[in-house]
Amino acid sequence: MKYAYFPGCVTPLRENSYELSARRVLEKLGVELVELEGANCCGFFLDAVDHLSSIVLAARNLCLAEDIGCHIITLCPTCSGHFTRVKAELSENPKLMNDVNRVLSSVNRRFIGSSEVKHIARVLVEDVGVEAIKKTVTKPLTRLRVAPHYGCHIMKPSTEIRFDSPENPRLLDSLIEATGVKCVNYMEKRMCCGAPVMGVDLKLSIEVVREKLRSIKKEKADAIVTICPFCHTQFDLNQSRIEEEYGETYEIPVLHYTQLLGLAQGYEPDDLGLYENRVMVDDLLSLI
Amino acid sequence: MPLAAETRRRVIRLEEINDAFSREVIKAGGEKLYVCFQCGTCTASCPIFKFDESYNPRLIIRSAVLGLMDRILNNDMLWLCAACYSCTERCPRGVRPAEVIRAIRNIAAEKGYIHEFFKTQADTIINYGRIWEEEEFVNEMREDMGLPPVPSVNREEVKKILEYTKVKKILASGEGED
Repeated sequence: MKYAYFPGCVTPLRENSYELSARRVLEKLGVELVELEGANCCGFFLDAVDHLSSIVLAARNLCLAEDIGCHIITLCPTCSGHFTRVKAELSENPKLMNDVNRVLSSVNRRFIGSSEVKHIARVLVEDVGVEAIKKTVTKPLTRLRVAPHYGCHIMKPSTEIRFDSPENPRLLDSLIEATGVKCVNYMEKRMCCGAPVMGVDLKLSIEVVREKLRSIKKEKADAIVTICPFCHTQFDLNQSRIEEEYGETYEIPVLHYTQLLGLAQGYEPDDLGLYENRVMVDDLLSLI
Repeated sequence: MPLAAETRRRVIRLEEINDAFSREVIKAGGEKLYVCFQCGTCTASCPIFKFDESYNPRLIIRSAVLGLMDRILNNDMLWLCAACYSCTERCPRGVRPAEVIRAIRNIAAEKGYIHEFFKTQADTIINYGRIWEEEEFVNEMREDMGLPPVPSVNREEVKKILEYTKVKKILASGEGED
């Protein structure tokens, strides 16, 4: 199983432990990664300013994968979601496809649409399979109870993404349970983490994630598990800010799913960048 | 809000209505704008509205249907959408409010009303190919972890393809705005 690894922005520049742990667990699962040389931002962050620019940036990235004949794997659901929506829009709109290819011809590229794009959770569920993941678990983490945070772009909008069920998501739970961990349900499980408005209104963004943290704390979860680098930053980096500003205590470690799986596969915390996490993981590690 | 101001907000004056604006929104990606029947499922599903009622997707959509251009374009509230797609997911009419709001933002940006944060971010993408500039400490950290350096972006290609879209002109027209 071989994929072109699309790095994106948040992971390589802010959440290196996600990339490190993903590389480790994928290696153990027999998934080979090919580097996508010269890739740029997926394009999503230009969408609010100019839709066509966001499409052109996405199409250029997709061309790089087409050149090496690989499907794309991303660690960020916003990247995979944007690529999937752009692919759908281009396949439905031949005029737009022509316009985009006219732009790409200036750098000698042509978008065809032959490469599929999958987020790592999707690769794990659909291509590797939960049963195969279980077979790599050497150290089941049966004493842990964690709160899964799905995020938005992994499933929405479902008309294009077609993965899991936004109203009743299950697949991250099943990936977590494959490691022997128990998932806890919580009131705000389906809600956005608020990260996307961080740059526009920090206080508002913090209030959204605070609501999630409160509902997770109520269920006494040992950790929060994420599959999005930006959601991870929001829960992990901003948790201490909330504790300071509101005089509250959470101290809930936030793990990338790949860190959790890595622990269950017998990797050491250092191999998975666990000490890079901002909320201390020592108490959590004493439970495994 | 004091009563007089609230009344002024509720009363729509004929001279505020700009039909061309509605058509512009539809063309920019809000194809199903006119089928909205104002049920409010978008607002009820919105995580931002839950914490800040000044951001109201149902009101934005209604304003776009009526062509109340000035009320929505020059309004910071427009930039609070988290693009979580909860509204698009649940809209029983298939209006896809998140995409309509995206279309309105594009129009706002083109008319010089871009929010400063989005402007800065777009500038960074044009210049560096990513949402942040690559900093040396990140590579040091990656090396310590045994990761290869941050993969380089082909900045020349990014700059070149963006010459063919409107984005640079849009950012230039936003100069001097708040």
